[in-house]
Parts: sequence; structure tokens; C-alpha cells
Amino acid sequence: MITVETFNTHREASSALNDRTRFLAGGTLLMRDVNYAVPGIEHIVRSLEPLRTIRSEGDSVFIGAAATMLDVINARETAFLAPVSRAVGGPAIRNMATVGGNLFAPSPFGDFTTALLALDATIHFADGRQEEIETFLAQRDSGRRIVTAISVAPPLSGSFLFSKISRTKPKGPAILSIAVRLPSGGQEARIAFGAMGPTPLRAKAAEAALSRTRIDEQGIAPVIAVATEGLAPADDALASQWYRRQVAPVHLKRLLLGGQR
Amino acid sequence: MARKPISFTLNGNEVSIFVGESANLMEELRRNVGDLTPKHGCGQGTCGACTVMVDGEPQLSCITLAQSVEGRSIETVTGLSQGPVLHALQQAFIDGFAAQCGFCTPGMLMAAKALLDRNPRPSRDEVIEAISGNICRCTGYEPIVDAILIASGQSREVRR
Ligand SMILES: Cc1cc2nc3c(=O)[nH]c(=O)nc-3n(C[C@H](O)[C@H](O)[C@H](O)COP(=O)(O)OP(=O)(O)OC[C@H]3O[C@@H](n4cnc5c(N)ncnc54)[C@H](O)[C@@H]3O)c2cc1C
Ligand code: FES
Ligand code: FES
Repeated sequence: MITVETFNTHREASSALNDRTRFLAGGTLLMRDVNYAVPGIEHIVRSLEPLRTIRSEGDSVFIGAAATMLDVINARETAFLAPVSRAVGGPAIRNMATVGGNLFAPSPFGDFTTALLALDATIHFADGRQEEIETFLAQRDSGRRIVTAISVAPPLSGSFLFSKISRTKPKGPAILSIAVRLPSGGQEARIAFGAMGPTPLRAKAAEAALSRTRIDEQGIAPVIAVATEGLAPADDALASQWYRRQVAPVHLKRLLLGGQR
Repeated sequence: MARKPISFTLNGNEVSIFVGESANLMEELRRNVGDLTPKHGCGQGTCGACTVMVDGEPQLSCITLAQSVEGRSIETVTGLSQGPVLHALQQAFIDGFAAQCGFCTPGMLMAAKALLDRNPRPSRDEVIEAISGNICRCTGYEPIVDAILIASGQSREVRR
């Protein structure tokens, strides 16, 4: 039997975590596992702390871990992330799925996290510590820490691109998703892929090529040539890893050229 | 099995029940409260047959922890009609043959209600988006989209 313990704060909930305990946020992934009696879940902890606030502070936007995709769509401060949130599931999923839970969603999920990776977001934990998103993703499955918020600097206007490729539209899990932050005004180039590895991953060779080129068909050829270097897609029911490798450069090219090709 | 007491509003009526610790809302509404309108299609958030409204927004009851709805307001298809008078959505579904086997219908109706409550005159694309989390294996979707447009007082020819 799975037991459930409810705490008033994320910090208190965090002290109850161990190997057989899972934290419940929106439940869109965890409750599936509970319904299907996936082994290894013995105890669920939840927190009543309303960490759904989205606010600007200095150069960054803070998004509470319990903010849902719908909250992100509705908040003025996160207008740059609204197209990403709209790409997650259908309306009911968007009303339940949290930003914090998306950070832990296994491939092919994690579209929102892919965007956060391209935007160099910072993850804030209940113990007061914080971590760059790339470091966090590299070790996320070994950590037992509760996330309370993420902070992210809004991209310069027109410099953030996102696209999700799926078989069923408007809803459907990703064959892959791509988020790009173009180099401009001191921002470094970032290219992040979702569903192209166990967690969202940066395409670092492509980023390096993007930072020294102009955006036109000829200019981006070297970027496209190394698009999948360092990525590790898997076979799943949606696509084989071979297919993902073949189509990822094509979709990156389309995204960079604004859908022209 | 330990059970937890919770209270919530169901279609305007106060409900107080004991729920299983890790039970989902769909199970408790069906087995415990006796409201059979949320259907068990997949139990994993994929089909939308169990869609209910919680505090005015659509939610998948199969992946909602039952005890998390303490103090919240839940709407299901049971609350749609006023006695014998059907809701405009229900009538349009009947008139337009938008229900065949009917298994997806309660979820479709609640997803559609959530849309019309917020956006009384949606475009065709907005209707398609609103039911994009709901699977229907019978109708091919077009009669459902038409019925929702007609329930909103518009013609089925409404533009995308
Ligand atoms: C039908 C369907 C469609 C979906 N479509 C998409 C999609 O298009 N794109 C996409 O990216 N995802 C999709 N998902 C996956 C999922 O809904 C999202 O990734 C969502 O953001 C997960 O958040 P949650 O709050 O529901 O997580 P939960 O299910 O509550 O938790 C998931 C995991 O994250 C951990 N966790 C949650 N919050 C925290 C926290 N604050 N700190 C530490 N650990 C935490 C939990 O311990 C748990 O292991 C879909 C799911 C379903 C069922
Ligand atoms: S039964 Fe809940 S989504 Fe299928
Ligand atoms: S009417 Fe049969 S599944 Fe929709």
C-alpha cells in the first residue's frame, strides 16, 4: 500500500524524501505510476505551500515550481515561454502539469525544460541552494532534492526560437523539440534538444558554429552539419533513434530560417 | 487500508467522504460517490474520458490524487442538465450525432464546457484545441466539433 504524507512547506516535505519516496506535484506522471502500481513507490510526500507565483526580480523572472503550464501562459512576465507551455499536452494536462515536475519528466517529455536549458535557467532548491540547469540535468536522477523555483533571464526580443515536432497535432508527445537562443547583445548562442537524450541536451558543437555565423541558408550550413553531435536519442514507440538523428538537423534548419525551408 | 476524510463540492452539493490514501479522484467519484459519468479509459491521462472540472478548469480525474481536492469545487456531467432540461452542449451532441458508443462523451462535454465558460464564441480551431486531450474512436471528431460550435450559438461553418 502506498502512503501519502502532506506537509505545509516544500522544505518540510524535502526532509521526508528517501529512495522509496516520491514528491507529488501536478501528478500527471507520478499518478500514472501509482495507478499502474509501478514498483519502487512506497511513500508519496506533498506540500500545501502555494509556490505558483510568477514575478520579475531584477533582470530575471522567478517561476514557482508549482506554477502550471496554464499559469505560465496567463502571466505577462512569462510571455516569452507561453508558446512552449502551449506545446505541452492538451488543456487539462496544461492545467495540472507543473514547471517543477517538467524538470524531472523523462524523454520524450520535458519540452518546457528544453526551453529552460536554452535560456540558461537557474534551479532553486528547498534547502536554499541553487544550481545551473545544465548541472542539475546531468545529475537529476541521483538527487533527492525538492525544487522550489526556477529563475530565468528573458531573452532579447526575437532571439528565442522554439519548435516541437510531434506526430499528432495539436497535442502529442515530442519526436523532438528544439529551443534556440540566438547570439545577440552579449547573449551566447544556445541550442537545446528535447527527446534527443535521457534529459534535454545542449548541442554544443552546433552552438559554437552558430556563434560565428550569420543566419541565412549558407551561413547556417556548418551549424546544421554538426547539429546532432553529442546527442543520444533513444528508440521509443514514436520514433527510432536513427529517425530522430535524420530529422533533427532538418527541423533545426527550418527553425533557424523561420520556417522557410 | 487507511482512509482519509475529505470534503468538497460536487456539482454544487457538499460531499464528505473517506478516500483511499493514494486513490485517484475518478475511482472515488465512481465507486464511492456513485457518480459514474467520469469514465475509466486509460488511467494514465492520455484519453480524456475522465475529464472533470476542478475550480472551473478541466482536470483529468484519473491522475488527480483524490485527497488533493479537499475544499475544491468539482463539476461533472451529472451537474450539466437542469432536471429533464439538457444543457445546450448535451442537446447539440444528440442532435448532431456527436456521440456514438458514448464512452468519450462525458469527457468531451466537460472539456467543451470548460472552453465555453471561458470563451463563449470560440473559433473552430479553438474548439479543436480544447478537445485535443480527448480521444474519440467512433465519430472522427467532426460531429463533436460541429456540436460544440452549435451549442455556442454559432453555425458549424464557423471559420478556423
Ligand atoms: C497525456 C499526457 C501528455 C503529456 N504531454 C507532455 C508534453 O507534451 N510535453 C511535456 O513536456 N510533458 C508532457 N507530459 C508529461 C508531464 O505532464 C509534464 O512533464 C509535467 O510538467 C510533469 O509535471 P507534474 O507536476 O505533473 O509532475 P508529477 O507527476 O507530480 O511529478 C513527476 C516527477 O517529478 C518530481 N517532482 C515534481 N515536482 C518536483 C519538485 N518541485 N521538486 C522535486 N521533484 C519534483 C516528482 O517527484 C516525480 O518524480 C504529458 C503527460 C501526459 C499524461
Ligand atoms: S481515464 Fe483519465 S485520461 Fe484516460
Ligand atoms: S463516441 Fe465512441 S469513443 Fe467517442
